[in-house]
Amino acid sequence: MIYLNGKEHTAYATLTELLDKNDYKRTRIAVEINGRIIKRSDYDQIEIHDGDRIEVVSFVGGG
Amino acid sequence: MITHNAYEKALISRHGKKVHDILKNADIAIAGLGGLGSNIAIFLARSGVGHLHIVDFDKVDITNLNRQQYDIDDIGKLKTIALATHIKHFNPFIKVTYDSIMVTERNAPKIFSNYPIVCEAFDKAENKAMLVNTLLTECSNTKIISASGMAGFESSNMIQTRKVNDRFYICGDTQSEISKNTALMAPRVALCAAHQANMVLRILTGNEEI
Repeated sequence: MIYLNGKEHTAYATLTELLDKNDYKRTRIAVEINGRIIKRSDYDQIEIHDGDRIEVVSFVGGG
Repeated sequence: MITHNAYEKALISRHGKKVHDILKNADIAIAGLGGLGSNIAIFLARSGVGHLHIVDFDKVDITNLNRQQYDIDDIGKLKTIALATHIKHFNPFIKVTYDSIMVTERNAPKIFSNYPIVCEAFDKAENKAMLVNTLLTECSNTKIISASGMAGFESSNMIQTRKVNDRFYICGDTQSEISKNTALMAPRVALCAAHQANMVLRILTGNEEI
């Protein structure tokens, strides 16, 4: 079990899997795991562990 | 002719000396000078923020006038110069500096790392994400106040400020995206800009919670 955007969620093995299965567009998000911002170039190397608190902030257009 | 001294006195009479002195000594950067950025800049200039650094590569277009703080006479001018000129009309005593360039992952740290607070006020989602990611990972002394979701005329009360972490705030309703059917309109964009500007004032005065 992990926490995704503050809610309990089934665990994923990797950040890649989490992003792909939830249809996140990588160019439109910022990812924080346990309070640490993840560099975009590191997304595909990040493993997810039980209990991780993951925030994926999605941006929409307009300004 | 209004003197600097008279202007300061007027601001102090409204804001109090303690708050005025804090704002007068602040340096704030604004990335993007459309509906969000032009409003944020004007809110902060009217509040007496001493130095604004405004950044946009673009020129004023007739389609900007529905929500951005420019005039008919500004069409065709660089937004940086048009906005700096406009600010001088109501507060000639603050410092306004500008970069009329396109912000990229590469130049963002150089442009913004000297500013303790940066307001992200871009239009495209990809540019918003680029700036937030770049500043959070490469400029460890900079807080960013971003915006996402302010198109249309859904309820005003959906627009909120959220603190994601100690250096990252996001304002907006998170979902109202500009599209073929949903335009950006003056009230809701200004509402979101006001959230961002108010968060700047809160952080400067030591209130880091939303």
